[in-house]
Amino acid sequence: MKNQLINYTLHLADNSLILGHRNSEWTGHGPILEQDIAISNIALDLIGQARNFYQYAAKLINESTDQPATEDTLAYLRDANDFKNFLLVEQPNGDWAKTILRQFLFSAYQFYLYQQLNNSNDETLFAIAEKSLKEVVYHLRWSSEWVIRLGDGTEESRTRMLKAIDDLWMFTEEMFEPFSYEKIAASEKYGVDVSLLKNGWMKKVRDVFDEATLSIPKNVLMQKGGKEGNHTEHLEHLLNEMQFLQRTYPNSEW
Amino acid sequence: MKMINDQTISTKEIWKLLENVNDPEVPVLSVIDLGIVRDVKITDDEIEIIITPTYSGCPAMDVISMNIKMILLEHGFKKIKITSILSPAWTTDWMSEHGKEKLKAFGIAPPTTKQQVCHTELFHEEEAIQCPHCNSYNTKLVSQFGSTACKALYVCENCKEPFDYFKCH
Repeated sequence: MKNQLINYTLHLADNSLILGHRNSEWTGHGPILEQDIAISNIALDLIGQARNFYQYAAKLINESTDQPATEDTLAYLRDANDFKNFLLVEQPNGDWAKTILRQFLFSAYQFYLYQQLNNSNDETLFAIAEKSLKEVVYHLRWSSEWVIRLGDGTEESRTRMLKAIDDLWMFTEEMFEPFSYEKIAASEKYGVDVSLLKNGWMKKVRDVFDEATLSIPKNVLMQKGGKEGNHTEHLEHLLNEMQFLQRTYPNSEW
Repeated sequence: MKMINDQTISTKEIWKLLENVNDPEVPVLSVIDLGIVRDVKITDDEIEIIITPTYSGCPAMDVISMNIKMILLEHGFKKIKITSILSPAWTTDWMSEHGKEKLKAFGIAPPTTKQQVCHTELFHEEEAIQCPHCNSYNTKLVSQFGSTACKALYVCENCKEPFDYFKCH
């Protein structure tokens, strides 16, 4: 049971870390100063949430194995196929429209996930969810408003948003198909049955898309595998950069 | 009252001492004003300070922990334990009235009560935030995200000055 709790916690951590890292790639490159600050703030929140989950995972690992772990070893020394994040969050930033849409699809998911995780019988997961939910409300509102601005904006912004939907929609189904550790987490009541989040999520996305004069695509061939460690090539590239320092100069600190 | 390191100390005195530890990002506020010190426990040979972060990614927490330790060490306490907890989640409602006054004097609009912001309504009309410089309510939100995780960017339409708003949480 402990093993599955560790996997579940790592899955939650990896999603936040990888999207947080992607967002941080915008720092200093945002379209305007205020939005550069906004996306960097969201990156900071997500990496903070990831740290809380990794610290908990490390504690559980240290209690049950003799292979010592810390939040840093979990973030910096695992290989791509050990990461359990969604394919969605590892996708490259592309343009501002793609970054915004990725954030919106994920924040809407996190909003419903953390609401439900507020019923967790695990004290730490409950506490992290309670704390994080307040932050996600801001992320969801910010990204929703941007989806509307771009979708219902100029011809160029709309074209870019349509392209973003084309590029990303195929990764959405994965969020709601429970993998083995999620099924156990839900049945042991420390985790969430993600299949039950889909209706609320879809309604939220539909409302924002309607306002943005966008439509939900039909008959898309869905891609999945991230939760079980089968990633797109993009994660490998991301990790190469993110883990470079610890891989090249092990245990370095500053 | 407890004897610790040959001194007699009450938790009340520790709370008083912590009023001298400032938030490194908003130095006008002490950790007490901010409401992030949740409890002080004194056992036979140890002082435990229980703190909670404002935001999950708040980069100031390590510095705050160190500064708390420093001030207690300076006052002769040797065994100090800092424990960070997440639940109940920090809220701007825990900020002291005194702290809110200091924020305003410093040029940062203090948080209003929390109910007004924590929802997902889009393009929602916020309750008017008062300009800390000229006291006008004719102000406009520029961005929900500011120079630190806990602040939003506003501009005053009256005196034309931009200002930070310590946002509700």
